[in-house]
Amino acid sequence: MSITFKGGIHPAENKHFSEKKPIEKLPAPEIAYVLLSQHIGAPAKPIVKKGDEVKFGQKIGESAGFISANIHSPVSGKVKSIEDIPHFLGGYSTAIIIENDGLDTPADELEKHSDWKSLSPDQIPKIAAEAGIVGMGGATFPTNVKLSPPKDKKVHTVILNGAECEPYLTADHRLMLEHSDEIVEGAEMIRFALGADRLIIAIEENKPDAIATMRKSVEGKQIEVAVLKTKYPQGAEKQLINALTGLEVPSGGLPFDVGCYVQNVSTAKALRDAVIDGKPLVERVVTVSGLAVDEPKNVLARIGTTLSELLESANGAKGEIGKIVMGGPMMGLDQWTLETPVTKGTSGVLFIPPKQAKVGEETNCILCASCIDVCPMKLMPTSLAQNTKYEKFDMAKKLGVLDCIECGSCVYVCPANINLLHYIRWAKVEIRKMSKK
Amino acid sequence: MDSKYFVASSPHIRSDVSTKKIMWNVVLSLIPGLIGATYFFGFRALYLTIIGVLSAVITEAIVEKCSGKKITIDDGSAVITGILLTFNLPPGVSWWMPIVGAAFGILFGKMIFGGLGNNIVNPALLGRAFLMASWPVQMTTKWLAPRGGSIPGISTNIDAITGATPLGVLKVFVGETLANPSATPEQLTQAKHILVQLYSHWTNLFFGNVGGVIGETSAALLIIGFLYLLIRGFISWRIPLAYIGTALLLGWIFGAPDGFFKMNVLFYIFSGGLMLGALFMATDMVTSPITPRGRWIFGIGCGILTVIIRRWGGYPEGVSYSILLMNLTVPLINRHTVPKKFGV
Repeated sequence: MSITFKGGIHPAENKHFSEKKPIEKLPAPEIAYVLLSQHIGAPAKPIVKKGDEVKFGQKIGESAGFISANIHSPVSGKVKSIEDIPHFLGGYSTAIIIENDGLDTPADELEKHSDWKSLSPDQIPKIAAEAGIVGMGGATFPTNVKLSPPKDKKVHTVILNGAECEPYLTADHRLMLEHSDEIVEGAEMIRFALGADRLIIAIEENKPDAIATMRKSVEGKQIEVAVLKTKYPQGAEKQLINALTGLEVPSGGLPFDVGCYVQNVSTAKALRDAVIDGKPLVERVVTVSGLAVDEPKNVLARIGTTLSELLESANGAKGEIGKIVMGGPMMGLDQWTLETPVTKGTSGVLFIPPKQAKVGEETNCILCASCIDVCPMKLMPTSLAQNTKYEKFDMAKKLGVLDCIECGSCVYVCPANINLLHYIRWAKVEIRKMSKK
Repeated sequence: MDSKYFVASSPHIRSDVSTKKIMWNVVLSLIPGLIGATYFFGFRALYLTIIGVLSAVITEAIVEKCSGKKITIDDGSAVITGILLTFNLPPGVSWWMPIVGAAFGILFGKMIFGGLGNNIVNPALLGRAFLMASWPVQMTTKWLAPRGGSIPGISTNIDAITGATPLGVLKVFVGETLANPSATPEQLTQAKHILVQLYSHWTNLFFGNVGGVIGETSAALLIIGFLYLLIRGFISWRIPLAYIGTALLLGWIFGAPDGFFKMNVLFYIFSGGLMLGALFMATDMVTSPITPRGRWIFGIGCGILTVIIRRWGGYPEGVSYSILLMNLTVPLINRHTVPKKFGV
């Protein structure tokens, strides 16, 4: 029997559209739109100006705070302008726009360390910082910060997250199939940097080929490959740790409070490429799928490639597009324009036909408690929503609204079509406002 | 940021389970019971049920129309109330009884609170309680003998006890005779004889050839409907398990009129409205707790009250009032059974 957590849902996986498609290297865009805010934390500070020549992999934005990340040029060419463009969170944000000269002249700014075991553990986060590596599962937390936990928190277990529990997405799946050795090497670097003992690579059972490939890659190494039950949100940090170790990250706490560390497989690969090849994070695997694209696929896209170019790469739209989701259908963000560029956290882009785009009308809660049954944080979403509706934010807080991981399972199952998460987000905003006063 | 694309917050997909789907599946799960009732009591049972359903649905539509709200009769919940209300009536009642009961239940049990989801007590049970208070003779004497059976479910031809259901016989005839200090030895012997007969005919209760209200007659058919809902995931298993389990245990200990630990538990759980109540009325989502622990407490509470009313109360049967009383405790139960959060 495969391992898992309590609660959760099992929506239609819809991975068959793209899981058999090998990663296809996408031509670099003629114009790259490189956002300065691609990560959680402060946006990077631009260190080039309009008209500057830049090389492939050259640092063009500098980390602007403790939680921030460097940005590198995904192409070689000339800075066309620095201006506001559509951002995936909605609205506009500053980007460096680069005209590609098509030469990919390398900047070679980063050192190559083919013998990484001779490095000292604290050099790994430094290289991660230099290469602009952030969590590529979607949270985009700067990896160097995560790799430097407080001294009093000892990490014993490193978990490599290959669950990929979101429907449709197959980017991590393909990466595990095609680059398993690199992923394992990156994972070992993380373990080395943290001085941890245990290293687990966790994969959902709906990817048997990836499980087999990873098992082969870890042969003879002190690394476990764990098979997880296919269930959403299996890849959520706290649920993943719970499934694998039985530990519960305390409310308001972080994985290192229970001695664990979780990192996405793509991030491990990016770290390995930075350390060994001296390659900054300038491209990533993106799943392009959904019923409104003609040819769903997985592409290796440069950061700064626009959604319209991704759509083209999938042979364009099939029928009308009703909705564009960046990320998976459960936690992804709706996009309002095709001009939004790919960033470090873009694991997939889904094009949804109009008839799937809209959801039904909200009706009265019938207290069926389905939301309570599925909540992976064991909260009572219907009560959180009720209290929020009547602006009883204190009560919502008491009932644990701040513990919500916003996985959306409650909304998925709600027979009355209530967007419980909408209320929960509202409560969180209000509670944070109150605590600032 | 006008967009030609539809933009909303996550999640972007929904399961295909809707309130409507749940409610109509509950209706479907009551069909075996309705077919059984029609078989045992004739087409009378069917047409009384149809009248009850029409009354419930029309009342809901009128109230919504008058208050300018969206008409929601297609969600199936009023249909359920109509069926359950009629299922709680003796098969011999006058034709207007389901009309009055269903209308009262919908109006005062559901619509004045704001419709589906806002009601505090089960509308069908409120309607039944109203009928019981207003027309007690209709509600306690209009029993009919089922096809291939007798009203008390036993073959004994004792005139004195015809016209009473098995629980009525147990309470009024056997119970009172045994408790009567001036009963003659013959009367006592006869009462004990009938008790043995009742117990040994529990299979009648299970299959349905026994008197009772329209919907409670066949435990087997109700269980089939319940299992269907259970497999589809549309019903709580905790409440029926807690309710029937408690009734079984406490009934065994306290239920018999002739001493402790003497009740035949199969007779006890298959008689009266326990199956109908535990499987289909205590499980009403709106009026039962939302927490897992709360559901256990609710079911156990229903079981305790049922045993108390049956043994020491004024009625032979106590399922309806047990559930109605427990409905009132639901907000309190929910408040005190909040599950332990992850990471706390």
